[in-house]
Amino acid sequence: MPSLKGAYLKRSIFAAALTLALGVSQAWAQPTDILNVSYDVSRELFEAVNAKFIPSYKASAGVDVTVNQSHAGSSKQAGLVLEGLAADVVTFNQVTDIETLAGKQFVATDWQSKYPNSASPFYSLPAFLVREGNPKGIVSWADLAKDGVGIVIPNPKTSGNGRYTYLAARAWAQEEFAGDEAKIEDYLKKVFANVKVFDTGGRQATTTFVENKIGDVLITFETEVLGTVKAVGDDQYDAVTPPVSLLAEFPVAVVDKVVDERGTRPIAEAYLNYLYTPEGQDIIGSFYNRVNDAAAVEKYKAQFPEVRLIKVEDAFGGWAKVKAEHFAEGGLLDKVLPNL
Amino acid sequence: MQTNPADASRAGSPTRPGRAGWGLIALTYVSSALILAMPLVLIVTMAFRNGLDAYLANILAPDTLHAIFLTVLTAIVVVPINIVFGVCAAWLVTRYDFPGKRLLITIIEIPFSISPIVAGVIYLFLYGGQGLLGPVLADNGIKIMFTVWAIFLVSLFVTSPFVARELIPLMQQQGGEDEEAALSLGANGFQIFWNVTLPNIKWALLYGALLCNARVIGEFGAVSVVSGAIRGQTNTLPLQIELLFNDFNVSGAFAAASTLAALAVLTIVLKAALERVGATGRR
Amino acid sequence: MPGFGLTMGVTLLYLAVIVVIPLAAMLLKTTSLGLEDFWRIISSGRAQAAYWLTFSSAAVAALFNSVFGLLLAWVLVRYEFPGKRLIDALVDLPFALPTAVAGLALVTLFAPEGWYGQYLEPLGIKVSYAQLGIIVAMIFTSIPFVVRTIQPVLEDVPEDVEEAARTLGATRWQIFSRVIFPLILPAFTAGSVLCFARAIGEYGAVVFIAGNLPGLTEIVSLLIVIRLEELNYPATAALATVLLAVAFSALLVTNLIQAWQLRYADKSR
Repeated sequence: MPSLKGAYLKRSIFAAALTLALGVSQAWAQPTDILNVSYDVSRELFEAVNAKFIPSYKASAGVDVTVNQSHAGSSKQAGLVLEGLAADVVTFNQVTDIETLAGKQFVATDWQSKYPNSASPFYSLPAFLVREGNPKGIVSWADLAKDGVGIVIPNPKTSGNGRYTYLAARAWAQEEFAGDEAKIEDYLKKVFANVKVFDTGGRQATTTFVENKIGDVLITFETEVLGTVKAVGDDQYDAVTPPVSLLAEFPVAVVDKVVDERGTRPIAEAYLNYLYTPEGQDIIGSFYNRVNDAAAVEKYKAQFPEVRLIKVEDAFGGWAKVKAEHFAEGGLLDKVLPNL
Repeated sequence: MQTNPADASRAGSPTRPGRAGWGLIALTYVSSALILAMPLVLIVTMAFRNGLDAYLANILAPDTLHAIFLTVLTAIVVVPINIVFGVCAAWLVTRYDFPGKRLLITIIEIPFSISPIVAGVIYLFLYGGQGLLGPVLADNGIKIMFTVWAIFLVSLFVTSPFVARELIPLMQQQGGEDEEAALSLGANGFQIFWNVTLPNIKWALLYGALLCNARVIGEFGAVSVVSGAIRGQTNTLPLQIELLFNDFNVSGAFAAASTLAALAVLTIVLKAALERVGATGRR
Repeated sequence: MPGFGLTMGVTLLYLAVIVVIPLAAMLLKTTSLGLEDFWRIISSGRAQAAYWLTFSSAAVAALFNSVFGLLLAWVLVRYEFPGKRLIDALVDLPFALPTAVAGLALVTLFAPEGWYGQYLEPLGIKVSYAQLGIIVAMIFTSIPFVVRTIQPVLEDVPEDVEEAARTLGATRWQIFSRVIFPLILPAFTAGSVLCFARAIGEYGAVVFIAGNLPGLTEIVSLLIVIRLEELNYPATAALATVLLAVAFSALLVTNLIQAWQLRYADKSR
């Protein structure tokens, strides 16, 4: 079959030329594309942000840029960046995940002082998504430990989202049980024993709860809870914001190692600054994230129930302590996770 | 592994079934429909459940189009390379005896039976930023992990045995007499391969290439480890399906899945055709 | 025969670059662990649960496919009937269909409101997010192995042997169990082992339907991915080494069975 052979030959030459072209264009031209490596449930948010940032940057700097996105569990993403995923900026959901990068000189150690509000342009909190009518009556952290409550959360080992749930439950329990460690651990063990599925990313957890109808309550960021109700309809799900929860700040950083190598620092910095602009804050607020810009706060006030937010600093003495005492191998988190 | 429906001299030739036979056949109908056919029907139904326009919009979404492009590109790069390797390896182990041959055959076959996750992991450990070669290559400006190169490499690994596995039993069975004769007539190595060996193995070669192609297009686990899931950049079609599924875009996921399912159907049709031509062409 | 140098060169170079060096990189990572740590990781409770789940599910899938494969092969070889070519072609579908697509289809079929799930759920049969789902995914992806290894052997069963048995008054069941089955036994075993090996390595289809519940529905491949995503590289390497060893052993067993099959075939001539 000479024609087939010929076809293969042509195909392979074509392929070689194509890949060469791909590689060369990457190497020669001054890059106008940046990669935003982010946590799992921010998919739609950054799609919307990018769509508005591109014309805004074109207007101010006169350059057409492309913003690429990659989403997965925040800690997993930090690992991929260390392995060479060329993120120009990271938009994570937990301080510890950027600290991982700072520890390996990918990010300046003083990254939190580079942008306002400790480099967190917006925040959220762990909240509950329950089935229509809330048949199990889940309204507070106490209800999660009850028998017969099926919980879905992302894996605290791979996702910042899951770790916030752990921290929020613990912060509540510390107050509830007045610091009695035995009672706190007992409570947390009961909660985690109720978990039906630990997905590795926040969005997978939502899919498990929504598409596959597993569990009675999904615990995830308020932005994901409200966004899901909007996406799939409030005739099937109810959002429940517990009276007390944990402040979940979403830190951002420029990955110095990558932008200096690629020459993309101006775009990367402009991108993160854009998140703080009134326009950026407005988009972020429209995706049910809580923001700090006064106009956006006022505009989206109605969509957020009142909640008392505990800070990591107050409940646990800061992220460094959290990392050492709770998240380290064999730490307090491992003690309450079932069979991990 | 081919069936030879044309071979009538064989003993256990098909007969008209008796009552027990029809019972078994009915069981086959039902179980094949439930286990094999239904998933296909479901994919098509789900892909078109919002109508043709929605289907086309899903397929033509830029990220999905790019995923299709990347998947096709990977197949175009990987399949020819593994054809060349498969032919070389098959020629080597069926035409010569040398020490360590059994070990070599086992090494050729390892990627076939290993979990694709392990395939991804070994490449990460080699080319990752904290891997064995990754830092050295990065210092020289070469990036492999989380680029199309990593996708090509793991795909090469996962499908490297496919062509060789088809060729080795056939070439073993055919023996080297024809080639010896050509050699004695003064033909050189390439002439022998082109004029004598290739016509004998072309159907098995195409069959192996077809299987290799199907696996490259569908590879999920290994690629998921090394891709970095950059939308519109390093997402192959199977990864895009998972991404869309998790984006609540179930119809988008099924639309993307339907293109792969169509390729799968094409593959089995081509395979059946190859077998028929091969069965008659070989005798 | 010319070409020894060329083919040897190409084969060794390619295998070194694509297969051996990457595998060596992982083994190197594993050896840096030390025996004690290695053992601690691969024998942890969660790992044991994952082995048990993976191997027992794969065994059930292989068992099912042995019977189903035998049925398919028998019907396809022995009978002429309408739709035969279609079914013969469909058998290859699991090889041609990407595993992620298979997983997506299966999880949708067996979801509580899916085409199958709606009938199974009221009966209390849970497939998605349960071991049964893992078994279903493994079954689907490894159907062709047993069929395709038995088919050619079954076609070559000499008719005179069957004829002789029949004239001696053997029942149809006796002919099958005492005459035909022993003849196809080596191929049958080889196919089942291949099926088992493939099921152990299956990932794409399983992750869609399994559910990630540690200790309950977490297969070994998934545990490796989770360890990797937790940035726990020593555990990743150690567990991957275990799977590599299993794959290697499975290969060895199939090769031995195939050698047995060849001798068997020679004797039966």
